[in-house]
Amino acid sequence: MLYSEKVMDHFANPRNIGELENADGVGEVGNAKCGDIMKMYLKIDGGIITDVKFKTFGCGAAIATSSIATEMIKGKSVEDALKLTNKAVVEALDGLPPAKIHCSVLAEQAIKTALADYYTRQGIDPTPIVGVIEEHCETCCED
Amino acid sequence: MLKTRIYLDNAATTKVSDKVLEAMLPYLKEGYGNPSSIYTLGREAAIAVNNARKQVADALGCEENEVYFTSCGSESDNWAIKGTAKLMAAKGKKHIITSVFEHHAVLHPLKALEKEGYEVTYLPVYENGVVKAEDVANAIRPDTALVTIMYANNEIGTIQPIAEIGAICKEKGVIFHTDAVQAIGNVHINVKEQNIDMLSLSGHKIHAQKGCGVLYINKKYRLPNLIDGGAQERNRRAGTENVPAIVGLGVALTEATANIDSKNAKLKPLQDKIYDAVMKIDRVHLNGDRERRMASNLNFSFEGVEGESLLLQLDLQGIAASSGSACTSGSLDPSHVLLSIGLPHEIAHGSLRISMSEYTTEEEVDALLQVLPEIIAKLRSMSPLWEHIIKGETFKIK
Repeated sequence: MLYSEKVMDHFANPRNIGELENADGVGEVGNAKCGDIMKMYLKIDGGIITDVKFKTFGCGAAIATSSIATEMIKGKSVEDALKLTNKAVVEALDGLPPAKIHCSVLAEQAIKTALADYYTRQGIDPTPIVGVIEEHCETCCED
Repeated sequence: MLKTRIYLDNAATTKVSDKVLEAMLPYLKEGYGNPSSIYTLGREAAIAVNNARKQVADALGCEENEVYFTSCGSESDNWAIKGTAKLMAAKGKKHIITSVFEHHAVLHPLKALEKEGYEVTYLPVYENGVVKAEDVANAIRPDTALVTIMYANNEIGTIQPIAEIGAICKEKGVIFHTDAVQAIGNVHINVKEQNIDMLSLSGHKIHAQKGCGVLYINKKYRLPNLIDGGAQERNRRAGTENVPAIVGLGVALTEATANIDSKNAKLKPLQDKIYDAVMKIDRVHLNGDRERRMASNLNFSFEGVEGESLLLQLDLQGIAASSGSACTSGSLDPSHVLLSIGLPHEIAHGSLRISMSEYTTEEEVDALLQVLPEIIAKLRSMSPLWEHIIKGETFKIK
């Protein structure tokens, strides 16, 4: 299996790693059984994501996708962040091996889950804005 | 960062030794004849193959006419299993006994046979990763065609009670095959003394070239061919002999079997050193029995850490090792071996296999031990799973 240089760079030097003490939205997706968990922390000020941190348990691709995803949404509006697709994450990393595409899905979902949490904290129902975030366990842990 | 590459994945493959390469070179250069040819160049190649056959026979304790060269360990396993199944089905015997944690080169042919109407009993290997000989005895039925149990496990290195199982099979008149691909050169094997009817091995695990294996078949049994064609290997396995690789395998096997004791005397202290150091890390588990394992092997699971990330971090430090995590297996499930000894998925994902060879040095082990605790700490510091674990929010291990 071959990772791109970009993936290896984000794996070896992950950006925005850690936690945010007073996050305005926190989202955690994935599960330990499948072997990857991503947790995103967002600081949002006036509808702009002013800071973002992440923690990931998972393979090289899981770490790289979460790292680059944080870069892609930092400084962006909440609306723009909601538009981030897993495909854009894959492209930004110069591609991922087919078996690792689910990691990019997880990165997209981690951001959406954190944004849903942000809306909930504002007293706004996130479902019409963020949509329903489904676990993609059908491709995984088939026992 | 370390410049030297530290290779601790010898269960995956090994480097070709200087002695093997030296023995092979003449057959890659001037001695390139086809052993089936009548002229001198061919005859010399045939003599070289037969010389290697004698070396294999001496190493295994069998006769030369019981040795068949194949292309790899997987071919040997496939031939032994599919061939025996076909042979014994003619006698109305369509039941096969194996263990749950065999190599896929054994399990997948068995799955194929199940689809053809054969019945397979998969014996458990318990938490220590060792088959119980009494389980084999209890599973044997009048229609049992074959017992196939690996000599030593490829992931967790546990050594199986092969002589005991061999004695049981002999007593009950059942054919006994063992996949000894990992065990060769690590434990003393004698097929006659241990009542082994068939044994698979591969050259590239013992410092020979990739692409050459052996199947020993007790001369009592005439298996149907797996590969038909020319008259090579006494009409039993067609295909022009891989002469240089066969010559190399003969030398490698002679060396490997002669040096078992000295190799183990060297590796045991290194194994102990790694074990003692790694077990000091918080929430780490040794996979497989502490004592009944090859001196070359260690397999650990680190809670809250994912195996592929661990391997990539080690690689950044110039160290090559292996893991049974889903992400390194190409599938999304962790290794069937780790699940077979009762590890939950969560812990199986965080496994690390260290496999040494006679060329492994204490300096290399020290280099591993210097960086490993830091890498584990680093990965845990960024792991939400670790956060859950230390807060006691998740699964508990038995």
